[in-house]
Amino acid sequence: MADLFASSRPEEILRQANPWFILLTFLLGILANLAPGSGLLLVLRPDFLMLVILYWCIQEPRYVGVGVAWVLGLVMDVADATVFGQHALSYAVLAYAAEYFRRRVLRFPLWQQAPQVGSLLIACSALVLLVRFVGGAPFPGWTYFLSPVVGALLWPLLSVLLQRPQRPTRAPNEL
Amino acid sequence: MHHVSAEPPPFFHRGPSPLARLAFFGLLSIALMFADTRFRYLEGVRQVVAVALYPVQRAVQLPGEALEWGAAYFASKRVLTDENAGLKRDLVVQTEAAAEVERLREENGTLRSLLELSRRYGGSATAVEVLYTGRDPFTQKVFVNRGSDANIQPGFAVIDNLGVVGQVTRVFPSMAEVTLVTDKDQAVPVRVERNGVRSVFFGSGAGRPPELRFMAPHADIRAGDRLLTSGIDGTYPPGLAVAKVDEVNRETGQMFARILVRPLAGPDRSTHMLVLGATVATPPRPEEPNDGEPAKKGRGKGRRGG
Repeated sequence: MADLFASSRPEEILRQANPWFILLTFLLGILANLAPGSGLLLVLRPDFLMLVILYWCIQEPRYVGVGVAWVLGLVMDVADATVFGQHALSYAVLAYAAEYFRRRVLRFPLWQQAPQVGSLLIACSALVLLVRFVGGAPFPGWTYFLSPVVGALLWPLLSVLLQRPQRPTRAPNEL
Repeated sequence: MHHVSAEPPPFFHRGPSPLARLAFFGLLSIALMFADTRFRYLEGVRQVVAVALYPVQRAVQLPGEALEWGAAYFASKRVLTDENAGLKRDLVVQTEAAAEVERLREENGTLRSLLELSRRYGGSATAVEVLYTGRDPFTQKVFVNRGSDANIQPGFAVIDNLGVVGQVTRVFPSMAEVTLVTDKDQAVPVRVERNGVRSVFFGSGAGRPPELRFMAPHADIRAGDRLLTSGIDGTYPPGLAVAKVDEVNRETGQMFARILVRPLAGPDRSTHMLVLGATVATPPRPEEPNDGEPAKKGRGKGRRGG
């Protein structure tokens, strides 16, 4: 396991991701978001799709950008029965921020990326809150911000999982 | 802050800049939100995407359902025997009540025919199960497993064994969205069981107790009173339990009393519910007088489905 994290240093050059793999991870993100839950689990659950989008915006900005994020947001809006455009807006803003900060974020090891990712996620949640306030929604309580925090804590693990297929093959000299 | 430009040279540019794309999609999102909340233009789009998503939603339910089935299969005999005994006891009590209801219905029918009143109740009912609770922290919604396949329509009332849960607000081919009575500004006309005082129950959103608004400080409502639907809105049939009064604050100098209530039913207590069909034949709305006199609408600003 230690090897798993050690070999995911930022200096390592990753291979280009397969677009089908990216699509699959988006599908898995939606599945994880839709999984049934209740009570505390529902409050703590991070937005998995948001994390996956953020990861690909940072790693593969040529495939995943503002437009893709926006369309996925619309899908989430329907699945969650939220106001049309709520997730779409927050994902689009996130994708833009990721595109802006990606070179900086990539300089850090994964566990140091987590707080930066966390602040991005919190900023996007705050934006959604603001937009819903304008629409007359009530304040959902401070627990609302727990889910982006949990998302940031999961970031290193998620990054390791998502970059596994792109890892260069081990010890090429042995061939 | 000075930094080296992260952009490739202009001749490598592909499409509009990220900022331009953000501005475009951001404005589009805001336009969508506006269209959705104000005019509900986009229900068609929502239906299409919802149908496409349905298999995915069912797929993620499967592991949970399998677990539940497994748990039921391996439930100990003792638990089942206890439950069975309890249910039989309940059934005896219910049978008695049902017999009483039958007698009362007959009596009521006779009285109504004597008074030449129209029959009010006679709708269908569909048993449904909660698929999942809504994940939007801003609203109070659940999704149930029957939709337009069972002739459910927006505006139908939803109850469980304890009382009113909410009303159907959106219908998809095989599921429906139920907005709970605790959702913000969701209104249910009620009356106090003890003395028949009428009021309107308003939801306040997640984590906050619903309240009875616009009640005079001297209104005869006490903590512990049960509130039943009054049926005057044509959505909820009369006589269903809604809530219990928790707290009454009559501050002098305030225009209205502050009455906090606690809903009796809800998806956190039961997963099986009943969707009541169109129960009340509402007469057509009378023509609005158009001689300059503003028509009084005693509806508050509560939102109603249908």
